[in-house]
Amino acid sequence: MLTAASDLTAARSQMGFTLGFHIILASLGVALPALMLIANYRGLRHDDMDALTLAQRWSKAVAVTFAVGAVTGTVLSFEFGLLWPAFTGRFGQVFGVLFAIEGIFFFLEAIFIAIYIFGWKYLKPWTHFWTGVPVVITGLGGAFSVVAVNSWMNQPQGFSPTTGKVTSVDPVKVIFNPAVPYEVPHMILAAYLVTGFLVASIYAVGMLRGRRDRVHRLGLLIPLTVACIATPIQFVVGDSAARAIAKNQPIKFAAMECVQKTSTDVTEYIYGRCTPSGVKGGIAIPGLDSILVGWSTSTQVTGLDSVPPDDRPPANTMLHWAFDTMVGICTLLIGLALWLGIGWWRKKDFPQTRWFLRATAVSGVAALVALEAGWIVTEVGRQPWIVYNIMRTSDAVTQASGIWITFATVLALYVVLGAALILTLLAMSRRWRGADGEGDGGPYSPDEGPPPGLTAEAPG
Amino acid sequence: MSSAVAVAAVLWIGVTMYAVFGGADFGAGLWSLLAGGGERGRRPRELIDWAIGPVWEANHVWLIFAIVVLWTGFSSAFEAVFSTLFIPLSLAALGIVLRGSGFAFQHTARRAWGRVVAVALFGLASVLTPFFMGTVVGAVAAGRVPVGNATGDPVTSWLNPLSLTIGALFVATSAYLAAVFLVSDARRADAPDLERYFANRALVSAVVAGALAAVGLVALRSDARYVFDRLTSDAVPLIVLSGACGIAVLIMLRRGGRRGARLLAVGAVTAVIWGWGVAQYPYLLPEKLTIDDAAAPSEVLTAVLIVFLIAVVVVLPSLGLLFVLAQRNLVEETSRPTSHPPGEGGGSAGALGSVG
Repeated sequence: MLTAASDLTAARSQMGFTLGFHIILASLGVALPALMLIANYRGLRHDDMDALTLAQRWSKAVAVTFAVGAVTGTVLSFEFGLLWPAFTGRFGQVFGVLFAIEGIFFFLEAIFIAIYIFGWKYLKPWTHFWTGVPVVITGLGGAFSVVAVNSWMNQPQGFSPTTGKVTSVDPVKVIFNPAVPYEVPHMILAAYLVTGFLVASIYAVGMLRGRRDRVHRLGLLIPLTVACIATPIQFVVGDSAARAIAKNQPIKFAAMECVQKTSTDVTEYIYGRCTPSGVKGGIAIPGLDSILVGWSTSTQVTGLDSVPPDDRPPANTMLHWAFDTMVGICTLLIGLALWLGIGWWRKKDFPQTRWFLRATAVSGVAALVALEAGWIVTEVGRQPWIVYNIMRTSDAVTQASGIWITFATVLALYVVLGAALILTLLAMSRRWRGADGEGDGGPYSPDEGPPPGLTAEAPG
Repeated sequence: MSSAVAVAAVLWIGVTMYAVFGGADFGAGLWSLLAGGGERGRRPRELIDWAIGPVWEANHVWLIFAIVVLWTGFSSAFEAVFSTLFIPLSLAALGIVLRGSGFAFQHTARRAWGRVVAVALFGLASVLTPFFMGTVVGAVAAGRVPVGNATGDPVTSWLNPLSLTIGALFVATSAYLAAVFLVSDARRADAPDLERYFANRALVSAVVAGALAAVGLVALRSDARYVFDRLTSDAVPLIVLSGACGIAVLIMLRRGGRRGARLLAVGAVTAVIWGWGVAQYPYLLPEKLTIDDAAAPSEVLTAVLIVFLIAVVVVLPSLGLLFVLAQRNLVEETSRPTSHPPGEGGGSAGALGSVG
């Protein structure tokens, strides 16, 4: 049975949108607890009240973003059935164990976030610190499990037969598929990088507005340092990922780089428009693409022409631009990291110029753009396959109709949800600055005040 | 017991946990909505907010747990249910999004209108999700979900008297569970008027749920003969147990003895869910797909069971620790001084605010 192309488009749009939304919250859920613990550690180790203040504020931001992320994550679990029933119906048994493992990590993360938040009030300082450690570890474990599923979709293995009903599964081969070694570190580093620059950028904006107190300086320095350490590592990991993709998923790589014909001495294009007859416009660097793939201009790069048009990813120019944008932003962020490093080396402090603060203020949004661009590269680049070379996305989609309606609903809901989240975080930060001490608890927090019975007026 | 049946049992544990804890959560939302506006509804709502506390996420993780076990252990059943029942499951998911957002922002919505919106969303969610989950159960029980990608009727599969009755029954049961739980919470909060308030609501919702269950049996008899026949034979002990627990709760609430009422109410709901499971056995989708036919390869089933055991060993103690801390928060009204930063805003830092 053929699905109308429009339903497939709606399903892909909804999945792309909900995942693109969730990936931001998931990144914060993975990395923000680590920033919180670094501040907490510094606060306790050096008796630094400002650092403890930051740890406490960040723990509330963790709670809000985690709670919203749990909602968007639940939606995704529904979408495995609502949008892609044939995919999950055939392969749920193959990749499902990874989600079962992820479930444990998620559950533990939720529990320990709540314990940590309660712990501010009820635990000894160092005991409290240690209850935060499982939050960081489970965040990493959860990221591993989920990204390993995506890796498996790119490099499927560990099941047989490859056509028809699956009758045997090797869970270990599924979990440790060939794409795991580069996809998982790439995503975890991305989470730390995005979160670090994002948090630092918020404090940079504050400093540009004249709030130069120590809390702001520390609030900028801790996340920025983490992000600046992660960025160069990310560049190396991403580079090796691209080379692995050139080898394992050559068509995906050809689409990323707009390589039309298989040949050696392939030109690298920075931006430009992809057409069947080659790249129009953009900056051309002869031979570089071959060098990047195999360290030599004589390296052969597989072109899109090696497979029929039906097997090539769509939206080639967008894919190429997304890839170049991700790499370009990462390069610029390395520049920021060097700027910080040189400043620190010379003056034991971050550069005190407005231009440095401006660059940091922009870095958060830039890192987010890079995150989304990278996600577009891996997801659109895998098309037209949902399971690479095994199952087409068009064969996985639901036969139910009405997906445009659910997509429109989800779009509207998420816009409101995103706005509510941002407004809430802004309101929290205003209250902190105002230091009026009024409750800004957020989810998981103990309720203030006595139980209602004690405040009761005479009933009736 | 084959490993397929063991995984089915794990799935049923997840369903039960979600029905009890998620159900109580949604029921609380319904009472919050029905409490009415202004001063009249303020105190019951305060009790509800106070009682739900930090355990919301734990309640709803059971749903994800059940979904993942279903698609991992019985992929083809998952495909059939989620494609044919696209409409009610989308609406149930909508309720979950609304409820989850309400939870995320409940403490931070400080303005009055924000509170009103939050209560309305929470209330809407508490009707949407249990109701449409109930219609899904009705569709499955009646054998209206054939194997395959959306091969059943997208509308009549769940829009029929049986499904609608079970949907309503789910809403009533959630309300009943929540009311019984809130009676205990009111007592812990030392609010005798609220104790009576929720005891009355528990009685009313119990009667409504009982009536809907009776209607549901009639509908099952004409519409889902396989499940009805088993329900009135093999599953009879569980149905009797459920009824006995339910009546015991009613008697306890009337006589004012509250101890154990919670546990009995949970028992009543649990017995019905397992009764349903027994009535469907050996089918996942009655007369369409058996547990064994839907089951994943044995390596996968073993892996699921191992992961489940690890979850029990690791998660339960952590959850216990959280509940201990949460209870401490509920019994302590005054805060102890701490060495944490002073002057920081309240909420989780409520104690700290009072220090600074």
